[in-house]
Amino acid sequence: MQPKLEVSQISVRYGDKEIVRKLSFSLARGSIGCLLGPSGCGKTTVLRAIAGFEPLSSGHISVDRQQISDEDHHLPPEQRQIGMVFQDFALFPNMTVSGNIRFALKGWRRKEQQQRISQLLDMIGMRDLAKAYPHQLSGGQQQRVALARAMAPRPSMLLLDEPFSSLDVELREQLAQEVRNILRQENITAILVTHDQQEAFAMADEICVMDKGRIQQQDSAYNLYHKPANRFVAGFIGEGVLIPGVVESPGSVTTELGAIQGMVPKGCKPGCKVDVLIRPDDIVHDDAAGETAVVSERAFRGSEFLYTLRMPSGIKVLCLAPSHHKHSIGETIGIRLEFDHLVVFPQEQAASSTGDSSICQSFS
Amino acid sequence: MRARLPDSRGISGRLWQPGILLLALLLSIPVLTITGFLFGPSSENWQHLKDTVLSEYLGNSALLAMGVATGTLLIGVSTAWLTAMCRFPGKTLFTWMLLLPLAMPAYIIAYTYTGMFDFAGPVQTWIRELTGWGYGDYYFPEIRSLGGAIIMLSLVLYPYVYLLARAAFLEQSICVLEVSRTLGCGAWCSFFRVALPLARPAIIAGLSLALMETLADYGTVSYFGVSVFTTGIFRTWFGMGDSVAAAKLASLLLLFVFVLVVMERISRRQARYHHTSNKYSRLPEYRLSGYKALLAFLACSAPAILGFFLPAAQLTSWALQTWDEMIDASFVTLTLNTLLLGLSASLLAALLALFLAYGKRMLATRPVHVAIRITALGYAVPGAVIAIGIIIPFAWLDNSIDSFFRDHFDFSTGLLLSGTLFTLLFAYIVRFLAVSLQTVESGLGKIKPSMDDAARSLGYRPREILFKVHLPLMKASVLTALLIVFVDVMKELPATLILRPFNFNTLAVRAFELASDERLADSSTAALMIVATGILPVLYLSKSISQSRVG
Repeated sequence: MQPKLEVSQISVRYGDKEIVRKLSFSLARGSIGCLLGPSGCGKTTVLRAIAGFEPLSSGHISVDRQQISDEDHHLPPEQRQIGMVFQDFALFPNMTVSGNIRFALKGWRRKEQQQRISQLLDMIGMRDLAKAYPHQLSGGQQQRVALARAMAPRPSMLLLDEPFSSLDVELREQLAQEVRNILRQENITAILVTHDQQEAFAMADEICVMDKGRIQQQDSAYNLYHKPANRFVAGFIGEGVLIPGVVESPGSVTTELGAIQGMVPKGCKPGCKVDVLIRPDDIVHDDAAGETAVVSERAFRGSEFLYTLRMPSGIKVLCLAPSHHKHSIGETIGIRLEFDHLVVFPQEQAASSTGDSSICQSFS
Repeated sequence: MRARLPDSRGISGRLWQPGILLLALLLSIPVLTITGFLFGPSSENWQHLKDTVLSEYLGNSALLAMGVATGTLLIGVSTAWLTAMCRFPGKTLFTWMLLLPLAMPAYIIAYTYTGMFDFAGPVQTWIRELTGWGYGDYYFPEIRSLGGAIIMLSLVLYPYVYLLARAAFLEQSICVLEVSRTLGCGAWCSFFRVALPLARPAIIAGLSLALMETLADYGTVSYFGVSVFTTGIFRTWFGMGDSVAAAKLASLLLLFVFVLVVMERISRRQARYHHTSNKYSRLPEYRLSGYKALLAFLACSAPAILGFFLPAAQLTSWALQTWDEMIDASFVTLTLNTLLLGLSASLLAALLALFLAYGKRMLATRPVHVAIRITALGYAVPGAVIAIGIIIPFAWLDNSIDSFFRDHFDFSTGLLLSGTLFTLLFAYIVRFLAVSLQTVESGLGKIKPSMDDAARSLGYRPREILFKVHLPLMKASVLTALLIVFVDVMKELPATLILRPFNFNTLAVRAFELASDERLADSSTAALMIVATGILPVLYLSKSISQSRVG
């Protein structure tokens, strides 16, 4: 199927500074994509380039095979039919909820406007608040109005810039689900920008992890966690530590925790020093196990404890244990490896942590 | 996120920055001129002044400033604390009534009080009738004195301190006050050891505004015959006709003002860092009852009555006696002149403020920021200083053009700028653009850049956004800016006295001239019109205060 959105080799500059460097990705019709990355990685700039607020210094962007931006041509934002939900919602304070939505229905007939407004108010469940002004609404309500306003003219795509960052944590996940359902119902292709992986996991089908103006990996949430393409993604997504190991054979790596079976990337010959990613769920607490470690920190998380364990060599690893396994700091406990995915990075690369996409990854 | 308006890359966008820089340069002409005289050569008269009256000017100005500082602090801080933190009968009423003296120009209250309290006034006459005393049999304080000027100025300038101090008290997090109470600090202790130190930057900022007005005042001190810098400038300018000596005096006054500006800037910056918590819960109020409530009631009603209601009542009673004589064709001309000046100055100021504010929003470069700061400095410069700083370079320009045309084309252009309404308008812009700019900027600040972007992504072109988003949102602030500048121009005295065209009078000038001729009752109609108009922005101010937070 032809992708809805195609971003190809785009670069964006502010003066001398290149914020986005030769970045490409595409998005299928009706799916929800996410640009995920730390602040300052250029993700919002990519979104603003798609919306038409930032000109490209190279590359091009097309929607439905129609080119809307390249280095010479730039369709102004008002002609792109791309809706956008802003971080601060950008509701017009002098207009009511329905006034804000009506503003988006430029050139519609009065009767059609009314119909669309009441349809959207139903969708966001705010029919009673049609005449309220933005300052009378809660953050979550303002967020929904901003969404309804952006969707009102039936845009061909919807962009959401950190849409939940100004809301309470409890509200975030609930709204993320709600928004996802609405987008699904209307079959809207959407891109979300966020620095919060929980938000990305809750909303998106496809996630692009960005750093330093580049995409580090485009994948599903599951794969980002279990099959990170490079050190940056491994560190940014989820928790975990890298411990040193040595490649034994093409199918095995020896570490302090024992030998780990799994495919080793092609470049890594036997004898080669590597780093192995250990997630907290890879280490299982088992009193019967032979391997032991000393508890150095403990964080209670309700249904489970997150233990930081010190291995005899001094290396620290993380371990998730059910919360009835309560051990105090300094205690020695038994652990066992339960590995599904072997993630290995050659050690020579440790110095250049820029995360060049030379992927060195494998799984069993 | 950078705010970038769509047109910033067009031709108009490219002319914007040079335009702002040019405007800043033009508006700083008066201050630059006067500063030049600080270091420039002196005249014979200056030497004479220095040897004779300069020390008196300096001493009196310093005494006046110190007196007014004490007066405004005492009245402003105590009423602010009472209306912010205590509950007593009439509190809500006082909250805005205490602002009313802002509507009363100092020179008007000065001669109103003179009319009431001098030898022939109702008070002393009443005392004599009651006791049978005659002239010289009793002591009555002389109102037309330095002390009188201090009281008059304190009575109308304390609202600056009151406003900022009250806002600071209200913004103080409930937590710090509760902490001080848990640590065993009572009401008085909390006030002196916690609330007052926390509000100090705001109080100092208010105080420096009040002192700027004090140094700028000409009407009061001249009417009371107190020799300070402003009266000295007038005397040197009109009496001796020595522009160099007058400019020298002005430059010394400017030095004083500069100290105040620095003081205000520093305290405003500190004020920003003092909010440690954003909890907007209701502040704990001290409930006052019995004699304490009575004291609070008196402390709050006295400034409002003495600073506004009493003089306003006196003015009204005079006006009722004299209005049918005073309102004639020339009075209509006066009113029209005042309207014309006020409207054109406020319109021009609003246009320039919009130009600057939008320029700052779109360009946000360092030169633009600096230029805008410079243009905003005029609010601190006394009108007399601005007037001298304009008239000297303009006269030079007029003469240069005239002699050029006489040399090359053999005809005289005369004086093109000096003594025209244009010059007067220019002075008003220098002095009041900052007021307009501040209001417009606060309005524009409410239109977040993302709103522009939102409108564009919803299919609106830049020009449509200006009319559909900005115009409705900016309307209120631009109207407020117009109103405030209008009233300021209406009250302005010293610059108008120096720069007005020959035979061109305004209400303020007329009221002052009649009062100076001891025709106090006759001046009341013009004065009352100024006061009545001045109430409008005060009402607006009190409305916006009550909206921002329930005190």
